Amino acid sequence: MRRSLLFIPANRPGMMQNAEVFEADGIIFDLEDSVALNEKDAARTLLKHFLATFKFDFEVVIRINPIDHVNGLLDLETIISPAVDAIMLPKADPAMVRKLGELLEGFERARGIRKTIKIIPLIELAKSVLQMEEIAGLPRVDGMMLGAEDLSSDMEMERTKTGNEIFYPRARLAYIARAFGIDAIDTPFTDVLDEDGLCADARRAKGLGLTGKAAIHPNQIRYINEIFSPSKAQIEWALKVIAAAKEHSGAFSLDGKMIDTPIIARCEKILEKGRKWKLL
Amino acid sequence: MKNALGRYVPEGFKPFVGSKDYLNHSRTTEKVIYSENKGNKLLRSISEAFDALGITDSMTLSFHHHLRNGDLVMNLVCDEIRKRGLKDITIAASSIFPNHRVLIDCIENGNVTNIYTSYFNGGAAKAVSEGKLKGLLYMDTHGGRSRAIESGDIKIDVAFIAVPASDAQGNGNGYSGPSACGSLGYAIPDMLYAKKKVVVTDNLVDEVAKPVIQAPYIDYVVVVDKIGDASGIESGTTRITRDPVGLKIAEKTAALLDELGLLEDGFAMQTGAGGTTLAVTKFIRDIMLKKNIKARFASGGITRYHAEMLAEGLIEKIYDVQCFDLGGVKSIASNPNHIEISAFQYGNPYEDAIVNHLDFVILGATEIDLNFNVNVTTATTGLIMGGSGGHSDTANGAKVTVVVSPLMKSRLPIIRPEITTVTTPGEDVDVFVTERGIAINPRRTDLLEKLQGSRLKIVPIEELYKLSLGYTGVPESKPRNGRIIGVVRYRDQTVIDTLYQM
Repeated sequence: MRRSLLFIPANRPGMMQNAEVFEADGIIFDLEDSVALNEKDAARTLLKHFLATFKFDFEVVIRINPIDHVNGLLDLETIISPAVDAIMLPKADPAMVRKLGELLEGFERARGIRKTIKIIPLIELAKSVLQMEEIAGLPRVDGMMLGAEDLSSDMEMERTKTGNEIFYPRARLAYIARAFGIDAIDTPFTDVLDEDGLCADARRAKGLGLTGKAAIHPNQIRYINEIFSPSKAQIEWALKVIAAAKEHSGAFSLDGKMIDTPIIARCEKILEKGRKWKLL
Repeated sequence: MKNALGRYVPEGFKPFVGSKDYLNHSRTTEKVIYSENKGNKLLRSISEAFDALGITDSMTLSFHHHLRNGDLVMNLVCDEIRKRGLKDITIAASSIFPNHRVLIDCIENGNVTNIYTSYFNGGAAKAVSEGKLKGLLYMDTHGGRSRAIESGDIKIDVAFIAVPASDAQGNGNGYSGPSACGSLGYAIPDMLYAKKKVVVTDNLVDEVAKPVIQAPYIDYVVVVDKIGDASGIESGTTRITRDPVGLKIAEKTAALLDELGLLEDGFAMQTGAGGTTLAVTKFIRDIMLKKNIKARFASGGITRYHAEMLAEGLIEKIYDVQCFDLGGVKSIASNPNHIEISAFQYGNPYEDAIVNHLDFVILGATEIDLNFNVNVTTATTGLIMGGSGGHSDTANGAKVTVVVSPLMKSRLPIIRPEITTVTTPGEDVDVFVTERGIAINPRRTDLLEKLQGSRLKIVPIEELYKLSLGYTGVPESKPRNGRIIGVVRYRDQTVIDTLYQM
């Protein structure tokens, strides 16, 4: 369960040292688009030492370069360690996700890493939108993220703040991710000064069933966390329903409304999120 | 001799005893001095004022700093001192800014040999830090300066008072004109107690409504082309920070104030004008709207953010000793609930001052030690780059003093076992909020009790210190044993620390 994932360029030590401060559920240390080609080596080395030096209470995600290029392979070779929780794969398709899975298995075995490093495929090509169902079912995939900027380029669509142009991939991502029990992570909102626009965009995504959203600036995290968290009123309601459910078997009435199994399941989900994010 | 904090105090100075020790002493005041000039007060230049007043070597000349980094008056006067080759002049300015570049020459040439101020930044501060001032630098608090002037500790021969709107007799205020700066609160002690007073204005008017600078005290009025540069009057710090670490600190601070029960209907606050403290104001505003509460008053340095809250009815009154931006200036000129106060009313230890009625104050820190003593006067190199201003006054008066700072600045930890200079004593600092945790002064068991079970990360300051060292390593500490260049005086005139040449 991820509400928020914050991109931090892996060549910016000043930002990296504050990663824990921003209260994102996960940090995506980026080796791809935000690092210039001539800085990739330095970024890899910096990130490797950073991950070896500090302990984190957030999920560590690394966005690597495409693995059909030497840079992607060098990224994996340098940074795979027990500190890494997940790899974000750009321009993902089923073949690349499979290949990444095999590479990760090799590194885990060779380096004695006991956990299974997850994969978050980035859906940023028209072809990938159609392949989402296949991608979602592959091993290690526990979430998919929409990359609307690259997708819009691929589709030759203009990106807008209302996001009408990405209605279909968002909705498709939400349904497929839900069906496979994995996270559906929304594309970042790129105007970092427009807080109202960010909130509206995040609410639209949540309304479609996406479960979290990526951020490109730390100041976006508090809004994303708030929108993708259950509200105080929802938590209070869920607690009341679960307490009442213990007194009844089957459907019952609470405050004049019928409570049945799907509602109880929804309340349990709310409380699970509340516990995870320390909202109870 | 060492003071109560273990800091060296030079011979001939009274050592700091404790932040409430002033209560064991009574107030002393000199007689207020009225002008004897009943004739024409108008002069055409600063030079004419020097002649009319007979300004000579070894005199003390004073200035206020309401034009901040746009002030031209001290530069005009220093230029005249330099031209005339005067020696051993003492400058008593409520603050000195980087634009006061003429002062550098005056220090290097021995025209100016002693300085009293409450905040000191820029080239002249660097010259003093390098040991170029022949005499001493006395760093006072804003409230302490008013006390020092009224008691005669600082004897001012001539006060040059920059006034943005004045009539020919010297009635004036700061509300209008090309150099409008709002409140002139820090000029009031100078106006009352200096032997001679000169209004310097670039906006001579027939009549001034609500004059705070009053003709009976004024000896001369000098009209010059320009007293201030508008772009420097508005400080660059008076904008809400976009820095995510600063915002995180601000968010935690507002949440802490709420948990401590300090954000209830009728509270009183001072939140300052730094980027992070202004962000605290914004988060406080959000909470106030949510809880549908109002503040009784806000005080101190005032910005447009405070003025907006006054205008929308979230704050009942503003008590303003200093406007930090033009939004504040506009408000004080037009809103009757935006009230100008003097330095006495703001922070004089012997007044029932505004600072004593604050529920909380939000302050910054350059360094803080494990006993919560705070430095806002020097960098770790010993370079003078600030000063108390109202820091010690508000920390002493407010019920809860909150210091906010990132745990590290430019790869240096803010918490140090021994800070370079003590500005404000730890006994008056209750809370230290950083992005990685909040430390409560163990003296405040009441606050610790209220925060039991809090979701905020409350940790001992020692833990925050260790955490910061994990990032920075242990920084080399500089010995404090150079030539003595000045003293930091607490609001009661006792010496809280000594300043050494860099």
